[in-house]
Amino acid sequence: MPIKASDDDAEKARRFRDAALPCLNDTYTLARYLLRNADDAEDAVQECYLRAFRHFDSYRGPAMKPWLFAILRNVCRAEYARRATTPTSAIEDVPESAEQTPLWHEAEETPEAQLVRRWDSDTIRRLVAALAEPFRETFVLREIQNLSYREIAKVADVPVGTVMSRLARARAMLRSAWLAEEEQCK
Amino acid sequence: MNCDEAEILLHALIDGELDAGHAREVESHIAGCPRCAAALRDYREMSKAIAEAGAGYTAPAALRQRIEAALPQPRRAPNRRAVLRGFAMGSAVSALAATGLVAIVLRNDDAERIQAEVVSAHLRSLQAGHLTDVISTDQHTVKPWFNGRLDVSPPVIDLTAQGFTLIGGRLDYVDARAIGAVVYKRRQHVINLFVAQTGTTERRAARIDTVQGFNIRHWSDRGLNFWAVSDLAKDELAEFGEKFEGAMRSAATG
Repeated sequence: MPIKASDDDAEKARRFRDAALPCLNDTYTLARYLLRNADDAEDAVQECYLRAFRHFDSYRGPAMKPWLFAILRNVCRAEYARRATTPTSAIEDVPESAEQTPLWHEAEETPEAQLVRRWDSDTIRRLVAALAEPFRETFVLREIQNLSYREIAKVADVPVGTVMSRLARARAMLRSAWLAEEEQCK
Repeated sequence: MNCDEAEILLHALIDGELDAGHAREVESHIAGCPRCAAALRDYREMSKAIAEAGAGYTAPAALRQRIEAALPQPRRAPNRRAVLRGFAMGSAVSALAATGLVAIVLRNDDAERIQAEVVSAHLRSLQAGHLTDVISTDQHTVKPWFNGRLDVSPPVIDLTAQGFTLIGGRLDYVDARAIGAVVYKRRQHVINLFVAQTGTTERRAARIDTVQGFNIRHWSDRGLNFWAVSDLAKDELAEFGEKFEGAMRSAATG
């Protein structure tokens, strides 16, 4: 059955543009961190926006950003699955037990150790990108996207308690990496 | 509290997610534990460094153009077919995504959803060129502008003498409906006052909530729903609402 283009479509597209395009940089940022590749990130974001537009009629919140992120995450999951068939670029999934590892095994440094204060964005991006999934995802949603724990839980589809333990692990790992870099600079 | 518990909870402390009671417990543990205190200091330092360095990415202009091009265009006849072709890539994964979203959507009650939309509308309005459709500090210019554009006539009240400058008005969309926004400023802070019709004429006392760091004062009066949204502090936003309600009452009785 042919679908007649109507003013409703244009009106819907206008509302969608107003609501969703302001989030483009944030969505692209999340895609870059999840996929660690600029071209894949572009494709994923485009697919995310097209899906979001298709589901826009049923959009009733939450806020636009977490809603787009949840869609993007599903798009990226499909990309992981595709990569898993090409062993060289597979993203290792961390077994559940890894999340139970005591946190203090991560950071053995003395309490007196001071963090270096001059960190440029390239260093931060590199260190964050080196974090394993799903710690990277949780960390980016919190530290770079400023989502609340509840919003992160919804986007990642896990309980808030899991968000908290992943975030603790992510920060502990990043702190270790951070301190190790400082050690090298000396 | 021991270190294991504190190690998890100190993150919630950093992120402002902890209630006052637990925050005090974590703080008292940290006061007596150099190791946890060092961790807290480092994590705060890290967050600050990330916020200052800016670890985000900017979407390429070509990506924005491709997305724009795939959406139905205003004016000329929208080509829905082209959009549908783009969606054909979406597979069973897409269907799954949709059901997942529905679950998320259903967990939010109406009031919460509308609040989130009101905040989104406020954020949109702060982007360049989106704040006002009609710019005027004169209420007799702003009020008639809304006539014929909405099914309600939002009250436009000059509160300059009370320290809130009228900037203008705007049409916005909340809850998939056109809604009036009256824009005020105090110092550098923008206040969007969203006005929509309600089913009842019952007066509902104001309540203030915080959503994504913005304060929202919501009240109902004379068949209208009001949401005042701003990054102003709660007490100043409350003052705005009270001044507005006071002026509205005296306009009705006077």
